[in-house]
Amino acid sequence: MQTIDYPPTTDATAAQEAQAPPKDGLLKYLIVGIFFGIVLTKSEVISWFRIQEMFRFQAFHMYGVIGAAVAVAALSVYLIKKRQTKSFNGDAIKIQPKDWGKGYRYWIGGTIFGLGWALTGACPGPIFALLGNGVLVMAVALLGALAGTWTYAALRPKLPH
Amino acid sequence: MLEFISQPWPWYVAGPIIGLVVPVLLLIGNRQFGVSDNLRHMCAATLGNVEFLKYDWKAGKWNLTFALGTVVGGFIAYTLLHNPDPIAISQATKSDLAALGISDFSGLVPVEIFSWSGLGTLPGIIMIVVGGFLVGFGSRYAGGCTSGHAISGLANLQFPSLIAVLGFFAGGLIATYFILPILL
Repeated sequence: MQTIDYPPTTDATAAQEAQAPPKDGLLKYLIVGIFFGIVLTKSEVISWFRIQEMFRFQAFHMYGVIGAAVAVAALSVYLIKKRQTKSFNGDAIKIQPKDWGKGYRYWIGGTIFGLGWALTGACPGPIFALLGNGVLVMAVALLGALAGTWTYAALRPKLPH
Repeated sequence: MLEFISQPWPWYVAGPIIGLVVPVLLLIGNRQFGVSDNLRHMCAATLGNVEFLKYDWKAGKWNLTFALGTVVGGFIAYTLLHNPDPIAISQATKSDLAALGISDFSGLVPVEIFSWSGLGTLPGIIMIVVGGFLVGFGSRYAGGCTSGHAISGLANLQFPSLIAVLGFFAGGLIATYFILPILL
């Protein structure tokens, strides 16, 4: 029998969530999400036009946003690890590394995602922000994304990871 | 003040704020930033009939709440901080898109395609429905999307995330240079 190397059903994030404290107020996540939705909108990264501008290499804007986000996040993560900062409830902060497996999932899945990103002009965060901006037809894109997620779930045992 | 923040935010303001979401979620609840996990939670909550979806989706309530906040944030930006000007994309992009037949640059998205009437056309179906499907399928297959790989993953110096991001770009370039010209 061919051995199929794919990660266990619960992947890193789901496993981490299972370990996380079960009772945890939700209001704080709502507030961070609101800030996220505002900044995605005001920086125009939810615009199909901006995504096209990025993939055509015709402006620095998107590269600046993503690059600065990565730089600030990387510095923060470095400091959190170096100082062994604890989360506000006193737990040690754990960041699950990504499991390489055979690597197929990253380049094949990534390329499939990229096709969708350029066609819809939106990745999952912007899909939610666009709904708030009254672009209600994105609800259909969301349903499409849910269908895609379900299809992946169903085909998962057969796909190379 | 309101007028000032209603203008489009430059990259050097928006980028660092988006980056701060990563440490803020770690600090307030030991959570890893990644929006596409919500698609899995939504499937698990409604159609949890395959192995990958058989888990307690309620563990992802925090993230679903974050996504709800993203919708609310979009609404606040749209109503209170609204900027009536069209998106200031470069002239080069405008000419390229005009050559493909896009004429309405007034909204966040091209309304000829991203509208209920656009949904009735072949480009609309492919860009909205098929595009959405590929976003959902691809992000779960890759184990993350722009937030999970390009931001959290790269920030944590994860090599798999770098490969995923290169894949995002490969796919985006194929769609931009080979699929859109046929479609539009």
